[in-house]
Amino acid sequence: MEAASAKGKKPAKRGGKRFWNVFVQQRYLYLMSLPFIAWAFVFSYLPLWGWTMAFQKFRPGRSFFDQEWVGLQYFRELFHDAQFYLVLRNTLAMSAMGLVAGFTVPIVFAIVLNEVRSMSMKRFVQTVSYLPHFVSWVVVAGIVTKMLATDGVLNNILMGLHLIDQPIQYMAKGNLFWYIVTGSDVWKEMGWNTIIYLAAIAGIGPELYEAAKVDGAGRLRQIWHITLPGIRSTIIILLIISIGHLISIGFEKQFLLGNPLVSDYSQVLDLYALNYGLSMGRFSFGTAINIFNSLISIVLLFAANGIFKRITKESVF
Amino acid sequence: MTSKTVKSGRSWSNATFDFFIYLILALVTVVTLYPFLNVLAISLNDSTDSVRGGLTIYPRAFTLKNYETIFAFGGLMTGLKISILRTLVGTVLGLISASMLAFTISRSDFQGRRFVSTFLALTMYVSGGLIPFYILIRDLHMIGTFAVYVLPGLVSAFNVFIIRSFIDGIPFALQESAKLDGANDWTIYWRVILPLTKPALATIALFLAVGQWNAWFDTYLYNGSSEHLTTLQFELMKVLQSTTTNADSFRGRNMTEVMRQISPESVKMAITIVVTVPILVVYPFLQKYFVKGMTLGAVKS
Repeated sequence: MEAASAKGKKPAKRGGKRFWNVFVQQRYLYLMSLPFIAWAFVFSYLPLWGWTMAFQKFRPGRSFFDQEWVGLQYFRELFHDAQFYLVLRNTLAMSAMGLVAGFTVPIVFAIVLNEVRSMSMKRFVQTVSYLPHFVSWVVVAGIVTKMLATDGVLNNILMGLHLIDQPIQYMAKGNLFWYIVTGSDVWKEMGWNTIIYLAAIAGIGPELYEAAKVDGAGRLRQIWHITLPGIRSTIIILLIISIGHLISIGFEKQFLLGNPLVSDYSQVLDLYALNYGLSMGRFSFGTAINIFNSLISIVLLFAANGIFKRITKESVF
Repeated sequence: MTSKTVKSGRSWSNATFDFFIYLILALVTVVTLYPFLNVLAISLNDSTDSVRGGLTIYPRAFTLKNYETIFAFGGLMTGLKISILRTLVGTVLGLISASMLAFTISRSDFQGRRFVSTFLALTMYVSGGLIPFYILIRDLHMIGTFAVYVLPGLVSAFNVFIIRSFIDGIPFALQESAKLDGANDWTIYWRVILPLTKPALATIALFLAVGQWNAWFDTYLYNGSSEHLTTLQFELMKVLQSTTTNADSFRGRNMTEVMRQISPESVKMAITIVVTVPILVVYPFLQKYFVKGMTLGAVKS
């Protein structure tokens, strides 16, 4: 990345006149970046200041200095809330399942696509598989609910095969909720997530495959010994990033697919902050949940990065 | 002789291999497309006939009445208008901010470059969370405004870095020769960089437009009670939630009337199609671009 600076002339040294001379010279570059930087400051960094709310008995409408400081009271409240542990369990379970399924399925699908000989067929299936990525979670939730309804296609097929005698109400079964969320996620993002792997596979030298063929390796063995090792570093980097996002899985799916019947399984941290913090006007309590969430994410990201750095010498930072 | 048996043995296993490959492709295609076709079929089917069930991928009693009914409802037209507006405005503003920032951090002679790119990169990792963000929006008096759809997400580091890596692929000599011809940095951006980054801009435009079109949570959180600022996705969300949760938590009064005229099922399916079709029309043509954009972004980050 820094090699690119060879094309720049004289990297400006700070200090006095020189800086301001260059500053005037590069005024358009400043004009094109600083306003947006100020923007990013307001909408990305300023909310961090709001973290102070978690340590105050925050009352809206009062100035910062008029708030009452309460220390860790809201965190104590959070850790004593039985609901919190249920929510944490749901969050961890769904993120772990999402990580495993959302990670392996696209790799397998990318390898399958790579083995397709007919280019037009490959292109068609790829285009189709990208479709769900572009539709909103609202639509996906509607479709999933429809397909899993008592008169939906899944029940019809199972009834037709006489595997069940009664239609199953999938959306009302709490113990199925995690699988429904994971499955919907795979359905939506599987095709899209192959893009990066297909690009990595395309970067593998064809001479490796030629050599393997000469040695008598079949297609399965070529996949095992050439394709998979060839995309190894891509897999690891994406894995580290996903682990960093493990706990911040969002709540769109849970919000849209969940219903009161399955709330013991559908409530995740962000939803908990929304329902038990924001909706009830308990801003401080909700912020404490958000902070907990962010801190765990950071710890997970660094842990994953550290572990992989040790084992494989690949890392994100 | 031995070579022949090896060959036939291998071609047999090759054939089974291909069979499984094509089986998986067929499965993926059906599982992806069937739900959409099913929804389309129901939306084009007479609503009283649909209640009988058993519809697959073609309408049994074809009618356009479902669409006529939902479009006769004013709330949906407002939603359509706001959704289109936010998509247009959000995409244009997002393209301007991302391309300008990308241009400045691609310039290695720019003395603010390191600061700007680090500042941006960090935004991908820091997040205050839902509630501090909500308080910020409230303090800025943006609740109940159209601005809340397009302003908070104006700067996206991810988009900046995708365009930036594209600009890095453009020979710097082009900028230098423009400079020799007397162009200033603004002219270089406008006349040289923008025309040459069209493929990257197309990718980002698609991402921005899809993001805007699909957004519903900001409407729910900030503008849920402003009827003139409702979006299509939000309307669909309300209709879909109306039966999955208790009916009394359903706030769309007008929609319930529509749902009495034709069945709730038909309303849901018809709106789903209205919401999905614009995307369906656009994305296949941009496939070449976004695949490239995603790949570039991944390589860089």
